[in-house]
Amino acid sequence: MTSERANPQTLSALDRPNSYIGKTVPRPNLDRLMQGRGLYVSDIELPRMAHVVFLRSPHAHARIVGIETSAAKQMTGVIAVVSGRELSTVITPWVGVLSHLKGLKSAPQSAIAVDRVCWQGEAVAAVVAASRAQAEDAAEHVLVEYEELHAVTDMRTALDPATPVIHASLGDNLAFERIHDAGAVDQAFAESDEVVEAEFVFGRHTGVTLEPRAVVADWNAAEARLTIYQGTQAPHMVQNIAALHLGLKESQVRVVCKDVGGSFGIKVHIYADEMATYALSKLLRRPVKFVADRVESFNTDIHARDHRCKGKIGVKRDGTIMAFEIDDLTGIGPYSMYPRTSAIEANQVVNLVGGPYVTGNYRARARVVFQNKNVMCQYRAVGHPIACSVTEGLVDLAAMKIAMDPVEIRRRNLIADDAYPCASPSGLRFEQLSHHATLAKLVQMMDYDALRAEQAALRARNIHRGIGIASFIEVTNPSAAFYGVGGAKISSQDGVAVRVDAQGSVICQTSITEQGQGSESLTAQIVGSVLGVSMDRVRVILGDTDNTPYGGGTWASRGAGIGGEAALQAAKVLRKNILDVAAAVLQSTPSELDIVNNAVVNVVDGAPRIDLSELARIVYFRPDTLPPGIQPELMATRHFVPREYPFAFTNGVQASWLELDPDTGFVKLLKHWVVEDCGTIINPQLVDEQIRGGVVQGLGAALFEKCVYDERGQLTNANMADYLVPMSGEMPDIDVGHVVTPTLESELGAKGAGEAGTAGAAAAVTNAVNDALRPFETIITEIPLTPQVILTALGRI
Amino acid sequence: MTATVAIALRVNGELVEANVLPRLNLADFLREHLKLTGTHVGCEHGVCGACTIRINGDIIRSCLMLAVQAHNAAIETIEGVSDSGEIADLQSAFRERNALQCGFCTPGMLMAAQDLLKQSPCPDREQIREHLSGNYCRCTGYQAIVDAIESTARTRTGRWP
Amino acid sequence: MKASAFGYARATSVADALELLTAYGERAKVLSGGQSLVPAMNLRLVAPELIVDIGELTELRGVSLKGGVLTIGALTRHADLLKSPEIAAHAPLLKDAVAHVAHPAIRNRGTIGGSLAHADPASELPACMLTLGAIIIARGPGGERRIAANEFFVGIYETALTPQELLVAVELPVIPKSSTHFFQEFARRHGDYAIVGLAAQASIKDGRFADLRLGFFAVGDRSLLAKSASKLVDVAVTSAVLSEAASALDDELDPLEDQQATPAMRRHLAKVLLTRCVSLLLARPDLRAGASA
Repeated sequence: MTSERANPQTLSALDRPNSYIGKTVPRPNLDRLMQGRGLYVSDIELPRMAHVVFLRSPHAHARIVGIETSAAKQMTGVIAVVSGRELSTVITPWVGVLSHLKGLKSAPQSAIAVDRVCWQGEAVAAVVAASRAQAEDAAEHVLVEYEELHAVTDMRTALDPATPVIHASLGDNLAFERIHDAGAVDQAFAESDEVVEAEFVFGRHTGVTLEPRAVVADWNAAEARLTIYQGTQAPHMVQNIAALHLGLKESQVRVVCKDVGGSFGIKVHIYADEMATYALSKLLRRPVKFVADRVESFNTDIHARDHRCKGKIGVKRDGTIMAFEIDDLTGIGPYSMYPRTSAIEANQVVNLVGGPYVTGNYRARARVVFQNKNVMCQYRAVGHPIACSVTEGLVDLAAMKIAMDPVEIRRRNLIADDAYPCASPSGLRFEQLSHHATLAKLVQMMDYDALRAEQAALRARNIHRGIGIASFIEVTNPSAAFYGVGGAKISSQDGVAVRVDAQGSVICQTSITEQGQGSESLTAQIVGSVLGVSMDRVRVILGDTDNTPYGGGTWASRGAGIGGEAALQAAKVLRKNILDVAAAVLQSTPSELDIVNNAVVNVVDGAPRIDLSELARIVYFRPDTLPPGIQPELMATRHFVPREYPFAFTNGVQASWLELDPDTGFVKLLKHWVVEDCGTIINPQLVDEQIRGGVVQGLGAALFEKCVYDERGQLTNANMADYLVPMSGEMPDIDVGHVVTPTLESELGAKGAGEAGTAGAAAAVTNAVNDALRPFETIITEIPLTPQVILTALGRI
Repeated sequence: MTATVAIALRVNGELVEANVLPRLNLADFLREHLKLTGTHVGCEHGVCGACTIRINGDIIRSCLMLAVQAHNAAIETIEGVSDSGEIADLQSAFRERNALQCGFCTPGMLMAAQDLLKQSPCPDREQIREHLSGNYCRCTGYQAIVDAIESTARTRTGRWP
Repeated sequence: MKASAFGYARATSVADALELLTAYGERAKVLSGGQSLVPAMNLRLVAPELIVDIGELTELRGVSLKGGVLTIGALTRHADLLKSPEIAAHAPLLKDAVAHVAHPAIRNRGTIGGSLAHADPASELPACMLTLGAIIIARGPGGERRIAANEFFVGIYETALTPQELLVAVELPVIPKSSTHFFQEFARRHGDYAIVGLAAQASIKDGRFADLRLGFFAVGDRSLLAKSASKLVDVAVTSAVLSEAASALDDELDPLEDQQATPAMRRHLAKVLLTRCVSLLLARPDLRAGASA
C-alpha cells in the first residue's frame, strides 16, 4: 500500500524504461547465504592462525593485585598469555569523547584492563592457543588476584556524594548533561487544563546478533601490513582507529568485511577485545582469531536503553497539547564507548521528545552517569524508542485525562503536512514530513472504528484487548553533524565507483556495507536503472577498504539515502561517458543515443545500435579504431553527503492490537501496523522487511528483553535461555504501508527506513496494554511488560 | 581416556572417517574438520537453532551432540540438501519473499522448515510459527519466513487460494 | 564456550554401563540424549571425567503395553512419545505434556530417562510421572530397584538414583477408560521452561471428581502432587470449595524465585491453573468466571 506525493523533480534518470526503482527484485546475494556458502568471519581460517580467549573479570569493580600465568603458559597448545600491561606496549589507550557533545567526559580505556577492572566481563588477560578449546583450558589456569572495590550499579544514586567516584580523575560520575528549554514552558503548564506526569522506565537490553562479534587480525610482519577481517558496519572507521592506536598509517591497515551475521548497531563500535586482537596479531606476528561466545556477547556487546525518564505533559480540554517536559537519566557503564561515545542516546532523547507535535514549549534535562556495568552505546534506533515511548505515553495519558480518543488527540496536534519546512521544539529542522497522511492511512488499514467496536464487544465478555497508537520521527541520512563535527574520523559521505568490464557488464564498488539490509541489491538496482543495464550484469563489491571508495558504511539508516545517491551520480557520469564513446563510434551524438537492455539504442525509435559488450570490446582491445582525440573513460566515481539538512527526518505511525489476560499477566500480540514515509522507495520488499524486522526488535523490548543485573553488578541472565529474545511463536503478522515524500536533498529522494520499526513498536504496545487495562484503572509505564510487572500493577500479586 | 576416538559416518552421502576428541561437538566437527561452514554456531547451548542439521532423517541441534555420538550415523547439512535439490523450491520461496537478511539463521531455518513440510504438508501459520519457535532470527521478524514456508507448502500440495 | 576434556566410553550393554558407573561413581556422567548435559558441559558448569554414552543400548528404547502397564524405555525420545499410539491411547496426558517440551530438534534427541534423571523442577515429565503414578526402574550393582515417582524426585536436579545406578525404564499404569486429563503451563515463549505448570488426571462421575491427581511443576524444588486435590473429590464443587482448595494448595507450595517470577507470582499462577483445570474438567465455566472477577 503506497500513496505517492507529488515530487517536483519527477523525470529523472530513475524514471527510465525498465527502471528497477520502486520494484521488488530479489537480492543478488541470497543463494550464497541460503546454501550455506556465505563467508562469515567465524568461518575464516588462515595459515598459522591462532585463537584468542579473553579471561574476564568476575567482579564489577576490582583492583588487579596480580596475575600469575606460568601454569597456563605450560599447557598444551598455548602460544602466549598476555596481560593488559604487556599489551600496552603495542597499542595505546583511548577516550570516547566528542567535542560537540559539550562537557562529555570519560576515562582512558585499555584494550585489556591494566590495574583495575570496571565491569564484570572486562578482559584481564588474553590466552592465545592453537584452538579455542585449548585456550579456554589454559584460561582456567591463569590466576588473578583481585581486591574487590565498591561497585556503582544504581544510576539513581550514582551522583550522590556518598557514592564512590569510579574514575577519580573525572571528579564525579557524571559523564554528560544536556539541558534544553524552548518556548514558555511554565506559562504553558499554567494555562493547561490538565497536567499529567509519569516516570517511564526502560530495561537495559542488547542486540543479540546471531553471529557473535568476530575478528581475524592478520599482521604480516614482512609487508608491515595488518589485514582485519571483521563483521563491521564501518570498515573505514575500523581502519582509522586500528592504525591510530597501533602506530600505523591507514595505508598499512586493510579491513575486509564479508558476510555479517547481524549487526543492528552492535557492530558499528570498536570493542576493547577487538583492539586487543589486532594488537595480539602484531605482537605475535601471526593471524589471531577472536569469536565471542554467547556469554561473552551478553557481557561485552554494547547494551542500550536503560533509561528512567520523568515526563510531564500539559493539555487543554480541547486536546491542544501545551507543553512537554522531561528529565532523563541513564547509566552507561564505566566508559563512554569508542569512538561514537555513549552520550548520543540521551542526546537523541532530548532531540526527539515531542518531535511529531506542534507545541514549541519544551524543557528537557538528560543526565548520563557512569556505573560498573557493561558499556552502553548506540543500538538500532538510538534514543528513538525512549523518546517515542515517553512522548506517546504522555499523549495517551493526556487523552485519557480529557477523555479524548487517542487518534483524535494526535490529529489535533501533529504538525500539519503543509507546515514545512519547520523545526522541532528541540530545534531540529524538518524538510517535509507527512504525519497526517500516515495517520489517515493507518486508521484506514487497521479499520480503527471497527476495531474499537470489536474491543468494546469483547470487553463485555471479559476479554481484554487493547489498541495502541504511536507516531514517531526518525533520524536518517546523517551528515557530518552526527560525528564528524565532534572530531571523530567517521565519514559521513560515501563513494561509489562504477565501471564497464570488457564484456559490457558493470562492476560497482561502494563504501556502504551489507549486513542483510539489501545494500548490494539497492546499489545494483540504482546503477542498473541509470545505465540501462540489467541487474544480472551488475556486480557490487563492498566491505573492503582496499577495494572500495572511502566512506562511512551502513548505520543510522544512511545506506540507501547516501550510498544510493552516490551510486546514482556515479552511474550518471558513466552513462554519459558510455554515450560519448558510443556517439564517436556510431558517428552520432550522445543526445541521440540511450542505453536500454545492455545496448546502445536510438532515442527516437529505440533501434539497437551497438551492444555494450561490443562497445567494451572496441574500447579495451581496439582503441586504435576509435576516432583521434577520443579517450574513453568507462569508469566513474562520485561521492555524496547531504549538506542542506543535518539529518533527513522521516516519520510514521504504528499501531498494536493485543489481548491481555488479567489473571496471568500474559500479553498476546494479535496484529501490528506501520505506516511510514522514507521518501523514494527503491525496493518495496526490502523496505517492508526492514520495517518488520525493526518492529520485532521493538516488540522484544516491549515484552521480553532485559539485561538483569544484581546490586553487585553481576549480569544474571547472560545466556539465551534466560535473556528472552522474540521468537516466531509469539510474534504477530505486521502490515506495512507507505506514504512517499522524497527528500529534495538528493536526486534519488530516498531517506532511511532501517530504524523506523524499532522506534515506535514498544510505544504502540505499551499504549495498547494500558488501553486494555482501562477497566482496571491502572497504568504501566515500564518495559519490558512482563507478566510479573502486569500482575503487580493489577494488584493480583 | 581423553584420547581421540575413531568414528565413521556418512555426511551428505559421503563416507567420512575421523579421529576426534570426545569433547568435540558435532557442529564444530562439521565446521572445523569437514569445513562444512554452512552449519552455523550461534549460542553453543542449544537455544538459537542456527546449528540445526539432520541426522538419520531427524533435525537436531548439532551443538548439543558430540561428534562421537554420530558414529555410524547419516548426517545431512545445508550444503547437502542444497546440492541434492531437495529444498530448491523452499530456497526459491525464501528468495522471492526475502525471507532472510543477514542469512546466519537461514541454514538452520531451512532445515527446520523442510522438517515441518515433510511431517505436515499443509501446516497453517500457527503450526509454522510453532515449528520454528526454536530458531532465532533477529533480522526478519519471522513473517517473511512464515510466508515463504506457507507458499512452498501450497505449491508442493498443489493448493493455491 | 567449549567443553572441558573428558573421557568417553560407549556402553555396549547395560551391564557394561553399570560397570563403568561403579568404577567412576560421581566422576562419571551418563549421556543419554544430552539435551541438558551437553549445554551444561559447553558452559563448563559440569566437567565430568568420563562420559558413559548409553545411546546405543537399543534395548532401552521403545514403548510396550502388557497387562495394563505401559513400559517406556529410558532412551525413548520425546519425539517417540509424541508419535506413539500406545501413549496416545493410554497416557494422553504425557503426549500433551511432551508437546510443550522445548522444540522439535530438542525432542528428537531428548529422552524420557534423561529428563527424569535430570530432575529439573520446571520440567514437564516429572510432574506427569507423579500424576500418572509412575514407577521408575533403576538398575545398579545390586540389581533392579523399583522406585515410586513420589519418592524418586528429591530436590533440584536431585533424584533417588545413586551414582552407580542407571535409570532403565518407567512403568505407567494404563489410565481407566473414563479418565480425563488436563495439561497447561505458563511459559514466556513456546518451548521455554514453564513459570508454572499443571499436569492433571481425573475421573469424573455425575459432575463430581471421583479421583483427581494434580501434578504441579515449577512450584518448588521438585514437582508436587497436590494433596489439596482431595478437597475437590467426591464433593459438589462450588466457588467456595474451589477457593478452599486453592488456599490449601497455597500452603503446600514452596516456590522459588528466578528470572521470570517471584514466589508470589508462582503461587498466584498455580491457583489460576487449578481454577482453569477444575473448570475445564468439570465443564463449569462459572467456576472460572467467579475466580477471575
